[in-house]
Amino acid sequence: MTKEILAVDDSGSMREMVSFTLKSGGFNVVSACDGVEAMKIARSRAVSLVLTDLNMPNMDGISLIKELRGLPGYKFTPILMLTTESAADRKQQGKEAGATGWVVKPFNPDQLLATIKKVLGAP
Amino acid sequence: MIDLAQFHQTFFEESFEGLAVMESNLLELEAGQDSLDLVHGVFRAAHSIKGAAATLGFNAVTEFTNLLETLLDQLRERQRAITPELINLLLESVDRLRTLLRSAQDGQEPPSSTLSQRLEAVLSRTESVPRCWQIVFAPESHLFQTGNDPAWIFKALADMGRLTLHVAGELPAWADFNPDHCTLRWELTLEGDVEEAAIRQAFEWVEDDCRLEVTQREQGAAAPAAAPAAEEDRRSWTGLETTLRVGTDKVDALINIVGELVITQSMLVQLGNGDMDSARLIRLRDGLAQLERHTRELQESVMRIRMVPISACFQRFPRLVHDLSHRLGKQVELRLSGEQTELDKTVMERIGDPLVHLVRNALDHGLEAPADRRSAGKTETGLLELHAYHKGGHIVIEVRDDGKGLNRERILQRAWSRGLLPEGEVPGDEKLYDLVFQPGFSTAEALSDLSGRGVGLDVVRRNIKELGGQVALTSTEGKGTTFSIRLPLTLAIVDGQLVRVGDSTYIIPLVSMIESLRIRPDNVRTLTGQTELYSMIGEYIPIVRLERLFDGQEGGQLGGSMLVVVEGDGCKAGLVVDELEAQQQVVIKSLETNYGRVAGVSGATILGDGTVALILDVPGIIEGLACAA
Repeated sequence: MTKEILAVDDSGSMREMVSFTLKSGGFNVVSACDGVEAMKIARSRAVSLVLTDLNMPNMDGISLIKELRGLPGYKFTPILMLTTESAADRKQQGKEAGATGWVVKPFNPDQLLATIKKVLGAP
Repeated sequence: MIDLAQFHQTFFEESFEGLAVMESNLLELEAGQDSLDLVHGVFRAAHSIKGAAATLGFNAVTEFTNLLETLLDQLRERQRAITPELINLLLESVDRLRTLLRSAQDGQEPPSSTLSQRLEAVLSRTESVPRCWQIVFAPESHLFQTGNDPAWIFKALADMGRLTLHVAGELPAWADFNPDHCTLRWELTLEGDVEEAAIRQAFEWVEDDCRLEVTQREQGAAAPAAAPAAEEDRRSWTGLETTLRVGTDKVDALINIVGELVITQSMLVQLGNGDMDSARLIRLRDGLAQLERHTRELQESVMRIRMVPISACFQRFPRLVHDLSHRLGKQVELRLSGEQTELDKTVMERIGDPLVHLVRNALDHGLEAPADRRSAGKTETGLLELHAYHKGGHIVIEVRDDGKGLNRERILQRAWSRGLLPEGEVPGDEKLYDLVFQPGFSTAEALSDLSGRGVGLDVVRRNIKELGGQVALTSTEGKGTTFSIRLPLTLAIVDGQLVRVGDSTYIIPLVSMIESLRIRPDNVRTLTGQTELYSMIGEYIPIVRLERLFDGQEGGQLGGSMLVVVEGDGCKAGLVVDELEAQQQVVIKSLETNYGRVAGVSGATILGDGTVALILDVPGIIEGLACAA
């Protein structure tokens, strides 16, 4: 079964870029534009990995990670944050909230895919 | 002054054996066996060759081996990593050394080569010494709850170098066991040209959730101090032609039997002195029976001395397969089995070339390229097996591949177009496969530079027939092909059918015989007043009168005689004989060395009553018929 990734980002172009990259790597992708929409999706289905931006309206990334870890199906699901290099304290907050790791922005598609594959193995 | 030349023979023998060990060890190293023992073995062999060559004054060998030894020493001390390129270079060096030794053996100047310069070039490049890192990774118990998995980290590390992993820490008691908690610690060793930062990078996501220690270990301690295995590698035999190394147990057995023989002989002499009475007669008979047994044992022991394990012949194949598969871009796993199966040394020496041909054939035409194999639903790596075993006084060698098998359709088309088979005739499997051994048959679409040198399977079959053997093949399309070679264990003895023609006794090797029947004169047809044919079910076979062939006499009437149907080179003939006598094993004596070459005769033997009987060369007789016709 193809592994499914939930990609959360408020920027339409980033969503498209992430979604295109992961699909080309053979993964299924569902995307959400903020934490609220992401939680809605997460409650309805289990995904293999969550990739989320941190700064978003409505519900930001840190809160999303905390809420996700509270869901029964998401206890051990890898959750990766998209952060900028400068935001060291945000990384720390994310880790405390239960994030697995991070991908530093800006990234190129190959790096992103390599990181995802490191975690999920083959699609 | 001691003449050193007397040691040359031993030196060359030892050196070629050493080369064989080097080669097989290198191939094992290449196959991923990472053992310092293997490197030590290669080093030891090179070292012995160098030492002896220097003493005996083979300077070219000494100089080259010296270079090689320096490089091997660095490998041995783990100062240099073993890479596929390096192994290829070392294999080339083994070849070069072999050439140098051969030249020294023949007293010739060796052909020039740039390999020494290339070795020097490699030596001058001081390689970044692979470092050895000691890593302790002790995650906190909540590691899993962040979705992390140590396995990813280990995989990333394994991509950087050679990783050995040791699990420390303990699982808690069953009652306290919580699968959400990580209670294990890991101690890792990473060898390779890796920076500390890269290692820490792999632990980036979990840095805050674990205790991590990364330390560099002293180089000296890195190499496990494995003592080089001291025992000699006795498996290797070289195909040297003039001498034979024999295990002492075989010689001891021989001496034992000779001792028994001497005792029996002295007993018989005692019995022979003095008057005969019935009691003595019985003891004499017992003594003779004992003598017979000892003689037979002696014969068997002597034969056994000539028996060598087939491994000497097999050991060239790993290298051959390695080289060919690289050239053809195919992935091949070679499996050898029954290497300890023994056979006559002469047979072994002469079966090498046919086997090489079959192996080349399997690699070239049998096994498919990885892409084709994948699309056929097979593993990308093809399997090539060489299997030897004993079966009823014969040795059977099988060459088996799991390639695409023979294409019946193509064989038929080719056979029809070459006139090897009447147009439209579709024979059974056995006859069909037999076609590929016919001269002038080749189904390969394009002649490749490997097996398509205009030398076909017909030559393979002829070579094997010359050894008194047979070759057959079975094949399943899409599944693979098996060539099966059956050889007599020795060339010195043949199973023969004694036949009487007039006053002479001849021996027909049993392998050539198909059947014998009583001649019915009305089945005999005469062509142009000369050639006689015998009508058998569905075919006519030429009749050969042995007395005409050897004595130039006219034969008498055929009625009442027997016809022995024999086969050679795929053709049949009928030999007219007066009577079939016993079947027995006969010891072949060379007619050429004692008398001269006679067409149609492969040798002679001495029968129990002391008369000489000629052993018929059936393929030769049939060939003679074809020439006369």
